[in-house]
Amino acid sequence: MTDQDPLVQLEHVEKFFPVPRGFIAGLRSPGERPAVRAVDDVSLEIKRGEVLGLAGESGSGKSTVGRLVLRLLDPTGGKVLFDGVDLATLKPEAMRKERSRMQVVFQDPLASLNPRMTIGRAVAHPAQIHMPELNAKQRKEEVFEIFSAVGLDPPSYYYDKYPHQISGGQRQRVVIARGLITRPDLIVADEPIAMADVSVQALLLDLMMRLKDEFNLTYLFITHDLATTKYLCDRLAIMYLGRIVEIGTLREIFQNPQHPYTRALLAAVPVPDPRRRRTGSLPRGEIPNPINPPSGCHFHPRCPIAQAGVCDTERPQLLPVNRVDDHAVSCHLRTGAHQNLDPERLDA
Amino acid sequence: MTEETIYSIRNLDVEYDTRVGGVRAVDDLTLDIRKGEILGLVGESGCGKSTLGKGMMRTISTPGHIVGGELWFEGVDLMTLSEKQMADVRGNRIGMVFQDPMTSLNPLMRIVDHLTEAIRAHYPDVSEQAARERAVEMVKELGIRPERIDEYPHQFSGGMRQRIMIALVLALNGSLIIADEPTTALDVIVEAQFLDLLRKLREEFQLTILLITHNIGVVAEVADRVAVMYAGKIVEVGSVDSVFLETRHPYSRGLLRSVPNIDVDHQELYKMEGAPPNLVAPPTGCRFHPRCPYAVGLCSTGEPDLLATDNPEHRASCWIYSDRDDRPKDRLA
Repeated sequence: MTDQDPLVQLEHVEKFFPVPRGFIAGLRSPGERPAVRAVDDVSLEIKRGEVLGLAGESGSGKSTVGRLVLRLLDPTGGKVLFDGVDLATLKPEAMRKERSRMQVVFQDPLASLNPRMTIGRAVAHPAQIHMPELNAKQRKEEVFEIFSAVGLDPPSYYYDKYPHQISGGQRQRVVIARGLITRPDLIVADEPIAMADVSVQALLLDLMMRLKDEFNLTYLFITHDLATTKYLCDRLAIMYLGRIVEIGTLREIFQNPQHPYTRALLAAVPVPDPRRRRTGSLPRGEIPNPINPPSGCHFHPRCPIAQAGVCDTERPQLLPVNRVDDHAVSCHLRTGAHQNLDPERLDA
Repeated sequence: MTEETIYSIRNLDVEYDTRVGGVRAVDDLTLDIRKGEILGLVGESGCGKSTLGKGMMRTISTPGHIVGGELWFEGVDLMTLSEKQMADVRGNRIGMVFQDPMTSLNPLMRIVDHLTEAIRAHYPDVSEQAARERAVEMVKELGIRPERIDEYPHQFSGGMRQRIMIALVLALNGSLIIADEPTTALDVIVEAQFLDLLRKLREEFQLTILLITHNIGVVAEVADRVAVMYAGKIVEVGSVDSVFLETRHPYSRGLLRSVPNIDVDHQELYKMEGAPPNLVAPPTGCRFHPRCPYAVGLCSTGEPDLLATDNPEHRASCWIYSDRDDRPKDRLA
């Protein structure tokens, strides 16, 4: 194992959720078991020390990927490797050890904190489990150190506070502190700033960047907000209905987006500058029902350049974009055997 | 857009009673909404922007109440109307759209029933058939397939439900829509589609739209004018270009600079110090002074009015724009 090896590898990971049906429907067609393909053959790597952004609209499966990486969910198919080890093969004791190396920050800090536990105890709690060698005094010192690192200063002032006594932004700092105390390698941040006010978002983003360097962290940053990925991420993966449609370096995705869905998403982001109002057209309709997604390329019914006979029948593969490293797209018209059908080929 | 004012808020005070005393969520607020404009009202949570929207409709529920002020709409001070008369204005002339349309739609009623009921409640002479025809006309206008009119709210997506809310307003010939965070629960492409729709409706029906949101990008995208709220007060108001490109109030400057912009590379986000004040005991003088990098002694003692800046259409409540000798000298570039 070298530093060059990725920290996390997803190999053809699938996660299907059965759809509950009524009793009568079950009697009528007993064989059928409808399922939402929340994650449908996803392969990706998170390199050591990078921030991988995972962006998509609601229902794209981005949060499910996050949970699979943490093994909060077991995959239906495929493998999740953490530091080269398939997490599914680990015994509970070994899994617990690995778990201290990966932590999670969710969107709603109030839901992540026990209202009856002081924030000092909340942050000390993981240390109690994962660092039994520390005595109570050492643990408290450890908490103080982490509190200072996340900007809860002075730590003694905050240590005995309850979650309701501090602001939303400070609560999210507590959640981050709790994640950091076991000195993890990986933080999965699932919409960590989505509930915060604009001015607080800026502070949290800045904090996350600083902590990354200070604690040598690797982030999986899950978000619906493409503007913030630009501020934080090294690479970006775009998901649509359980599949990755495009992945690459931030620069490639923003300056050379290939997938029509990526282009639509980027164009739709409102820009805080009235001189840059959007003029281009938008894709038709909304994300289809994931229980019964469109055939072929999931995006084809909304795609402005979809070609009948190809896009609606064959599933596109995630293939490297010509001559460009570290940029892959899953579109028949951009990569693979059908590129000659691309109506935008001349200006590509 | 014309210069004609459709809704004029004069010195509105709204207070919430709490155990620790009255909280003035909207404080002596004056604002004009012009006919046919999209006015963006932005601010962070707790600034009073939603309370202002509800206050304009007189739908503030206990423990909140309007303490004073005037609400002039189409030549009438709504504060002088009886509750029954006000109910008529609400459905009929002013419509409200909220973040979660499911809370405003009856899950047991088909879309067509919502629309025909609203039409016939306000126009009792209209036949069932005519009301249905009008309903079909409206949903078509909003990009909903007419055959879907017989479906129930849960069968629609979030974006479509927001369109139904707008259809309800249009079906009654409403002239003003107060939209409180209408796109906050929507995905970005659906949000953009909805904003396109708002623009189109404004053109076609000469609608006036008050767009209350925390999303600075949305305001930049569709608003004609912008009002920025802080701690129960309007701190800045002006045309969208002027407010975004020549921001006058120190708070708005900080706020606008802390928004990530997808068009900018290597952006340095502004980090605003402190937090909005507790409105049980707001700071004396200008409410922003404890966080303001330009504050001087005057700012902690006197409360500035919404003063005209070098551009008379662009006003900011900051002493910098007064002609007093003891004003903050540090002119904002």
